[in-house]
Amino acid sequence: MGLLSDPVRRRALARLVLRLNAPLWALPVAWLERTMRSVGLEVYTQSFSRKLPFPDETHERYMVSGTNVYGILRAPRAASTESLVLTVPCGSDSTNSQAVGLLLALAAHFRGQIYWAKDIIFLVTEHDLLGTEAWLEAYHDVNVTGMQSSPLQGRAGAIQAAVALELSSDVVTSLDVAVEGLNGQLPNLDLLNLFQTFCQKGGLLCTLQGKLQPQDWTSLDGPLQGLQTLLLMVLRQASGRPHGSHGLFLRYRVEALTLRGINSFRQYKYDLVAVGKALEGMFRKLNHLLERLHQSFFLYLLPALSRFVSIGLYMPAAGFLLLVLGLKALELWMQLHEAEVGVEEPGGAPGPSVPLPPSQGVGLASLVAPLLISQAMGLALYVLPVLGQHVATQHFPVAEAEAVVLTLLAIYAAGLALPHNTHRVVSTQAPDRGWMALKLVALIYLALQLGCIALTNFSLGFLLATTMVPAAALAKPHGPRTLYAALLVLTSPAATLLGSLFLWRELQEAPLSLAEGWQLFLAALAQGVLEHHTYGALLFPLLSLGLYPCWLLFWNVLFWK
Amino acid sequence: MAAAMPLALLVLLLLGRRGWCLAEPPRDSLREELVITPLPSGDVAATFQFRTRWDSELQREGDTDHYFLRYAVLPREVVCTENLTPWKKLLPCSSKAGLSVLLKADRLFHTSYHSQAVHIRPVCRNARCTSISWELRQTLSVVFDAFITGQGKKDWSLFRMFSRTLTEPCPLASESRVYVDITNYNQDNETLEVNPPPTTTYQDVILGTRKIYAIYDLLDTAMINNSRNLNIQLKWKRPPENEAPPVPFLHAQRYVSGYGLQKGELSTLLYNTHPYRAFPVLLLDTVPWYLRLYVHTLTITSKGKENKPSYIHYQPAQDRLQPHLLEMLIQLPANSVTKVSIQFERALLKWTEYTPDPNHGFYVSPSVLSALVPSVVAAKPVDWEESPLFNSLFPVSDGSNYFVRLYTEPLLVNLPTPDFSMPYNVICLTCTVVAVCYGSFYNLLTRTFHIEEPRTGGLAKRLANLIRRARGVPPL
Repeated sequence: MGLLSDPVRRRALARLVLRLNAPLWALPVAWLERTMRSVGLEVYTQSFSRKLPFPDETHERYMVSGTNVYGILRAPRAASTESLVLTVPCGSDSTNSQAVGLLLALAAHFRGQIYWAKDIIFLVTEHDLLGTEAWLEAYHDVNVTGMQSSPLQGRAGAIQAAVALELSSDVVTSLDVAVEGLNGQLPNLDLLNLFQTFCQKGGLLCTLQGKLQPQDWTSLDGPLQGLQTLLLMVLRQASGRPHGSHGLFLRYRVEALTLRGINSFRQYKYDLVAVGKALEGMFRKLNHLLERLHQSFFLYLLPALSRFVSIGLYMPAAGFLLLVLGLKALELWMQLHEAEVGVEEPGGAPGPSVPLPPSQGVGLASLVAPLLISQAMGLALYVLPVLGQHVATQHFPVAEAEAVVLTLLAIYAAGLALPHNTHRVVSTQAPDRGWMALKLVALIYLALQLGCIALTNFSLGFLLATTMVPAAALAKPHGPRTLYAALLVLTSPAATLLGSLFLWRELQEAPLSLAEGWQLFLAALAQGVLEHHTYGALLFPLLSLGLYPCWLLFWNVLFWK
Repeated sequence: MAAAMPLALLVLLLLGRRGWCLAEPPRDSLREELVITPLPSGDVAATFQFRTRWDSELQREGDTDHYFLRYAVLPREVVCTENLTPWKKLLPCSSKAGLSVLLKADRLFHTSYHSQAVHIRPVCRNARCTSISWELRQTLSVVFDAFITGQGKKDWSLFRMFSRTLTEPCPLASESRVYVDITNYNQDNETLEVNPPPTTTYQDVILGTRKIYAIYDLLDTAMINNSRNLNIQLKWKRPPENEAPPVPFLHAQRYVSGYGLQKGELSTLLYNTHPYRAFPVLLLDTVPWYLRLYVHTLTITSKGKENKPSYIHYQPAQDRLQPHLLEMLIQLPANSVTKVSIQFERALLKWTEYTPDPNHGFYVSPSVLSALVPSVVAAKPVDWEESPLFNSLFPVSDGSNYFVRLYTEPLLVNLPTPDFSMPYNVICLTCTVVAVCYGSFYNLLTRTFHIEEPRTGGLAKRLANLIRRARGVPPL
């Protein structure tokens, strides 16, 4: 592998890096085009624009328009049916210019080789993930998120795999790998193994979730560290956000991961040659693939780079948690049945069983109102914040993003007050039967939802199951009601989110103060809504339309009179 | 540039009512030529053409029945030296003499583009077409990549391209020529130099532009005798700038859109970059049956408006028997992009129908575009027999049009694939073992066994048995 071994290329790379280090506020499209063409690629550009539903305050953007530049290296004598992608997302500042330099150097090196069997697309996207999303949608000629973009002029067949590269500083001491994609999708484990192989080969220091790999698994420290990494991965996957631009590729069944060069202030550092060698090795291996990566696991959890927990091991845990809900529902069903028989027996002897039909009718009617109201609250939670942001900004001194978050919280809190008074409208003769029926429905509803979530995004399903199941199973209108209420509030989806944030920072060894945590919580809410609208992340609709109404049902059970 | 066209070997050109040529061709004639075209990018394209004709005893029978016309495409063909060896053996001089000396596999497969073809067709020997000759035409086009092979330099010579030089003509050839495109050479801005300087030149209109070719005739003894070999060299006096290459008037792009394994869309983009002329294109698509096309979703739009094709022929697919066939005549407006898209659903195959590498995907053959593209420069119709062979690659129908047939890229489509992995293998193996065991056991249990008695004893025994049977005692 003679990457950058000759001084000419190394000097060229240094020139590029210097040129790119100059402050730039937009992608130097013309320069990139010219450079890529001089390297011998087929170069195309794509312009896109997107108006976000409300201003994104963490990235400071609202009306976004940008240009993606990509060059295609055509494999000799091949028919352009398959391709690989190396993508470098560029933000508004020049933080990732090192990666652009490495991309161009790699392109120049790859162009001179004759062994390519798949086309290679070198993609530089503007506005990081937004640009990637625009490019991917245009490449597959779909419009999922309402992005406006110009059609692509050049294509290279079905994309088999992609690697995203981010180098955040000039000094790289370790490479961090991110696998968690949109909605908790993961790339094939073989891609990660490939990366790990080349890390070991090149002697690179690789980290997962920013954590070093535990060396000693026999003592207690190793497994503990593994557990930390595992928990971090669970939290990240549960968030359903794309952690790096690779996350957006997974929707199109392109196996992808993001490599981040990080300066973690360790004494050994690597020059870009080492990173480039690892990338070259990965691309050569991927180039040799006959089929898509499919042999290994798609569903896994990682305590370390070289170890994984497969679905067969972790799924029973979620299954047993959901079994609690099922058993509780069965118990309620039997109690209801007994109550029915109990009602029937004393009144059964004198004449036709009069009280049974009305009590059944009332039981059903008393269910309809809370169900409808909680679902309506969920719908309001989903629709109103974005829809009503302009009204809110007119009447209150807040910005749009704040308005959205505050409306969200207000509706969420209002939901707690609203529905538990509704059943007074329909008075029941057998009050116990009412809440039992409601709880039965709610338990089954929750079990179904959690089951579905755990199948698609295990981490999210498991996280929600561990928090919601105990409180849900306990909720009833008798006994220590305040205790139950406190427990239920503490395990509501929003509280889980807040708790997860604290846990997340704790595991990263950067604990949060309460005020910081609250700020982060508000930002996370805004990001969640935004990511749903820009990338199609499903966490926000799932929580607002599915789990929040379900949780309200338990709240309703608790305050049943 | 590097898209290797699939080898569509089954090119069956059937004769129309009029004959192809009028003059009687000589028996067993071979014409060979090599066309070298330096491209603006610095790459060099080389096209070999060999044409052999021989008389046949077969008599021509009336009109051709179109019922027997067949079209088939193998969308996936890995280009390798195995393609070249049998192809070379068809040449009269094999690779011993003449232009075919240059056909050295390790150089030809070091290129960025490779296209190889064999055409066989009957040719009329006289005006009334009472007897026919057969024509075998072999073509090979390669594009040498200046970037890889030239190590950055863009100058070329025959030796550098093929690692051989021309030494002698093929003794069987009636014509053996090398044409070098020197269109830029004669203009004021001299960018290109050819060595040795050509003695004769040839002018023609190829693909709508005027071209000048330098001719090196191998049968001309002076050409070889000067230095025992002929090594034509191309030198760029002023290296061409790295700019986007000129765009042809008609080009196309094809892709699969959508995601997921249930539905998808086949889209073909047809570009007409001619500034003011619209022209019709005949689009022929064959789609395998396992992509179930929804014909009602066929949409053709150009410049944002619906474009109604003037002719559509659709033959629906039959599962496992025949593919979809879709043929359309579409008018492409001037300076426009026309998008032809049709939605499909991916079918589930039977488990034995999957290829050994099902996760690679299934190939969909390229669409074929046939068009009469208007040319900028008027060309005069030429006599096919007299003009160089490469002229007939893009035949000029009348003065203002030339015929182009384009193949788009083949597509790779993933079908819903079961997990053919360890559990699958275990199930298959277990089923086999159970089937084998069950079969033999069942066989053993249900079969009745008879021990055949040796036929001993004669009449006495039979009599004794009769008596025993009458008494109710088991026979002997």
